[in-house]
Amino acid sequence: MKLGRYVARKTIWYLVALVAAVSLNFLLPRLVPGNPVDVIVSNLSRGGSVTSEQQQEVYESYVAEFGLDQPLWQQFFTYLGKVFTGDLGTSFAYYPASVNELVGQALPWSIAIQLPAILVGWVLGNIIGAIAAFRGGNWDRSVFTTSLFLSAMPYYCLSIILLYVLAVAVGFFPVGGAYSLGLTPEFSVAFLWDALSYYWLPFLSLVIVFIGGQAVGMRSMAIYELGGDYVNYARAMGIRDNKITQYIFRNAMLPQITGLALAIGTLVGGALITELVFSYPGVGTLLFNAIAANDYPVIQAITLIITVAVLLANFGVEIVYGIVDPRIRAAQSGEK
Amino acid sequence: MSTVNSSMAEETAAPRANTLRSFNFSARFWVSLVIVACVILMSLAGFIYPTGPAEKVGSLYDPPGNGLLMGTDNFGHDVIAVLMAGTRTSLIIGLVAGIVATTIGVGVGLLAGYVGGWFEELLMGVTNVVLAIPAIVVLILISMSLPSSTIWSLAIVIGITSWPWTARAVRAQASSVATREHIDVARLSGVRLPGILVKDVLPYILSYAVMAFVLQVAGAILAEAALSMLGLGPSGVNSLGTQLHWALAFQAVASGAWWAFLPPTLVLTLVSFGFLLLQASLDEVFNPRLRRGKRKQMKQAAARREEEARLLAEQAADPAARADPGAPADPAASGTHQHPERSEAGDPV
Repeated sequence: MKLGRYVARKTIWYLVALVAAVSLNFLLPRLVPGNPVDVIVSNLSRGGSVTSEQQQEVYESYVAEFGLDQPLWQQFFTYLGKVFTGDLGTSFAYYPASVNELVGQALPWSIAIQLPAILVGWVLGNIIGAIAAFRGGNWDRSVFTTSLFLSAMPYYCLSIILLYVLAVAVGFFPVGGAYSLGLTPEFSVAFLWDALSYYWLPFLSLVIVFIGGQAVGMRSMAIYELGGDYVNYARAMGIRDNKITQYIFRNAMLPQITGLALAIGTLVGGALITELVFSYPGVGTLLFNAIAANDYPVIQAITLIITVAVLLANFGVEIVYGIVDPRIRAAQSGEK
Repeated sequence: MSTVNSSMAEETAAPRANTLRSFNFSARFWVSLVIVACVILMSLAGFIYPTGPAEKVGSLYDPPGNGLLMGTDNFGHDVIAVLMAGTRTSLIIGLVAGIVATTIGVGVGLLAGYVGGWFEELLMGVTNVVLAIPAIVVLILISMSLPSSTIWSLAIVIGITSWPWTARAVRAQASSVATREHIDVARLSGVRLPGILVKDVLPYILSYAVMAFVLQVAGAILAEAALSMLGLGPSGVNSLGTQLHWALAFQAVASGAWWAFLPPTLVLTLVSFGFLLLQASLDEVFNPRLRRGKRKQMKQAAARREEEARLLAEQAADPAARADPGAPADPAASGTHQHPERSEAGDPV
């Protein structure tokens, strides 16, 4: 029975979280003393290249677009309406470029760098962690310490060190960016080949950190399962070690699969600073530039996308878990 | 040979003779303590270091040498002086944010877990909502909206965005403590709610709160660094994050000025690793189930086990197997090499 209620309940909670996130996204930038439009227009006029007529024009178009002349609650609904129709507004810094366009250019880079890194790192990390748990010994100790260190290390620190050692000191890889100067992004062999040489380093730095985190998790899960009653029972029954290893592996995988789903949820926001370090033209770099230019619409759009991605991933995991594992549904009705 | 079975059996081996020993601070604990202490000492050394962090002692990225151990940064400031001041700022932010987050988290968790009912539902609902929204997003939005950010405002903002997981974990423990008998006794003797919470529930979760605090401090230091690198750091102050921010902004990595970016990178790594290790080893101290035997004891136990296994094998085997005297000894020797670690790994976690 309870599946329907479980799903409904989760849906409501995640809707509440979504509304809270969207409200924060709307409200916080409007708490800036004055309002963002004043800030940006005064910045424009400081440049001196804009006449006061143009300035007035820009100002009015912003006020109209954000509905700043309306009361706050009405602004909120204007904002909601725009967000739900997929219109993220107009950039301040790159006026009149639309935010959709800017984000649309940055997002593929972020996904291209993160998705393969997450998948490869996940597979390798789990294999290494499982081997460490099963084999034990010095192998385990060295793998565990290294993985712990790697996963404890802030991911951008590793990026910085790799960039310096492999690109600057040794000269194996190009130093920054995503493709050579003078090329424009296109689907041609020459461009992709060029982009690939810039791709390795950020990819490598993300994969290494991800392997570390996954290996630590898998190792401790496998060791935990090794001590389970069913393992002792299976051994007492004389079941072969290979078979038992299979049991253990399957049980230890469950939390790891959750980890994968959640990692994919943090795809957009996960490597903001790695992109910054490598000046990779993804969402992180876009966010950095937007913050430097007080480009509120772009910042808001990025934070919104990050939030929605994370909420969706969490929601998906909880629903799938609820379907797969009845114990979780039972526990949910007891606690919250 | 089945190895895991025997590792289970050996759990009972080597009882601890002395009570002080039973507190079992592992080597890991001391290593982490030394790391954290070094970082703190370094941050304090800034007070006696002759050069100030804002003193111009050279030009853009002077290499080490010339009396400057680590050269200069992009402003011509002494990298070591900036690093010391920055570490201090980062530690202060971490500490304040950790206190704020742990206080809110433990408070909400205690109340929710102890009081229960609709109140618990409400508090945990709020907690779960806050937990679902990525903290970095809220951090970016709030720090963007602050007119000017000081280290205090930044610390408090980080603190109020990072409490939910502490609250959730504390609630689970508090609601189990709330059903125990000594709570009934306290309630019957007329102790008020705050009294019960502080005197009768809190002590049971204190060890957990301490570990959560350690993690919160490390998390806050990293959050500050991330924010600063995105350009939302405290204005006019040095921190590990702002130091990296300027190094990246002025192309320190690309121009090979390793002295400008490597020190803050390494200190951040040390801080993060040291605090995590400290938390893990505190966990071992507080939670006896996680305790692992000392390596020496494990080795002795393993050797004893091997010896027994060898004797058994000798008794069971036919004389032909014993004809070669090297045969029974060899597997035992290679066994002792492998098995002590095996048993350590096989410990229930």
